[in-house]
Amino acid sequence: MSEVFDKLHMYFQLPSVRYAMIVGLLIALCSSLLGVTLVMKRFSFIGDGLSHVAFGAMAVATITGITNNMLIIMPVTIISAVLLLRTGQNTKIKGDAAVAMISVGALALGYMLMNIASQKGGRTSSNVSADVCSTLFGSTSILTLSPADVWICIVMSVIVVTVFLVFYNKIFAVTFDENFAKATGVRSDMYNLLIAVVIAVIIVIAMNFVGSLLISALIIFPALSAMRLFKSFRSVIICSVVISLICAGLGIIVSILAGTPVGSTIVTADITVFFIFSLLSFITKKGR
Amino acid sequence: MGILLRCENVSLGYEGSVVTKDLNFTVSSGDYLCIVGENGSGKSTLIKALLGLKPQLSGNITFCGEVSKNEIGYLPQQTMVQRDFPASVQEIVLSGCMNRCGLRPFYSREEKKLAKDMMKRLEITDLEKRCYRELSGGQQQRVLLARALCSARKMILLDEPITGLDPKAANEMYELIAGLNQKDGITVIMVSHDMNAAVRYATHILHVGGKQLFFGTKEDYMTSKTGQAFLSVMGGDEDE
Repeated sequence: MSEVFDKLHMYFQLPSVRYAMIVGLLIALCSSLLGVTLVMKRFSFIGDGLSHVAFGAMAVATITGITNNMLIIMPVTIISAVLLLRTGQNTKIKGDAAVAMISVGALALGYMLMNIASQKGGRTSSNVSADVCSTLFGSTSILTLSPADVWICIVMSVIVVTVFLVFYNKIFAVTFDENFAKATGVRSDMYNLLIAVVIAVIIVIAMNFVGSLLISALIIFPALSAMRLFKSFRSVIICSVVISLICAGLGIIVSILAGTPVGSTIVTADITVFFIFSLLSFITKKGR
Repeated sequence: MGILLRCENVSLGYEGSVVTKDLNFTVSSGDYLCIVGENGSGKSTLIKALLGLKPQLSGNITFCGEVSKNEIGYLPQQTMVQRDFPASVQEIVLSGCMNRCGLRPFYSREEKKLAKDMMKRLEITDLEKRCYRELSGGQQQRVLLARALCSARKMILLDEPITGLDPKAANEMYELIAGLNQKDGITVIMVSHDMNAAVRYATHILHVGGKQLFFGTKEDYMTSKTGQAFLSVMGGDEDE
């Protein structure tokens, strides 16, 4: 056992590992906050859709050779989020279909653009699939974070958490009953917009970390687990944040020790917690 | 008896198609107005228009006196989302105070007290910490009614408040609403299928079809042609 701790101690001497831990925990915190809202609004898949959009945008950024690809990814993702959450209510293409359409479309276009780009650049195609794989499932780049990346992540997380805390009651009202909120004079359109923007920001931050295919898991699983056991909105949110932080921390440590991919290790931890909580809720219901 | 709400030549509908037209009625302070009519006659569209969720095609809806457009308490029909929502009763009732907050992010002490008072009034104080999805249908409706009362204490708008309730719970709900109307002086506008309840509790009746078929006091309605015809068809229909 002490060997393990020694090994960990050694790893945490490295700045890159510490950066990875900080960024990982921050992302876990942010992504779990809005999980309940998304699940209740029947928008579990928006994380998926938006991350594919972000993937497409990243491909465009790679082609155009812009050094800071955030400049393209962030606005494109935010705009898509706004469009998706808006069309949720009353348009010809319904919410789930719109999400499916945009996500698959962006994925296909992004992959194609990346291939074209690599052919022009004269790289081999195997390189492209490695690139794509790491964007989809999260890369090892979590261990090559620069201090600047860490700062960006910290600032973004502070913004997300502050916005969430300040608008907590409004987000609850809009999630629970949008019509009531609107009828009594709460500007629910504005808060829906706010939710969309925050989600887009979270997804873009998280994409480098777990990859665009696994972000949904990070957003949805803690919320679903917490909803199994807890009964008030506040306790569900607090619990899902705690679950998310623990799973992310454990996932990173395990992935360092066992050499497994970071993103999928964290998601595995989330799934395990979900099953434990489901079991607990089953037992408590039986016992009553 | 001040007039709170006035509808003049209002017509409602969706793009291109008119659902109902020529609506002319007024609601005075202390009234209990029941809106009746067959399915598809424009009752819920009217509710949405009164709440400002959906614009009317033409005509004027004006609020006067002590009620402004955003000061109506609203008891909506339950949605599927709410049935399994993880929220405590207290959180839901308190969310009715949202429109008092404006830009202020958190609830003030008075608002929390108001929520407590309303829970007491509707006898759900002991459910305060319970989870909404574990309550019975009648209890859930009380919670939503308490929330509606938090958002406005002068006028409440109820959209089919007894849908899905068993007869006992439905009767309790009606008595509760009648109590709010008579004891607390709250103006009530209710949409209902239940003609027996309408003629038992309401002071005024608005009957909508393709256009306004009747508006007046309950007594007039019972003797009018429209009323008698409708009562003979609908009466007792939902009184299982």
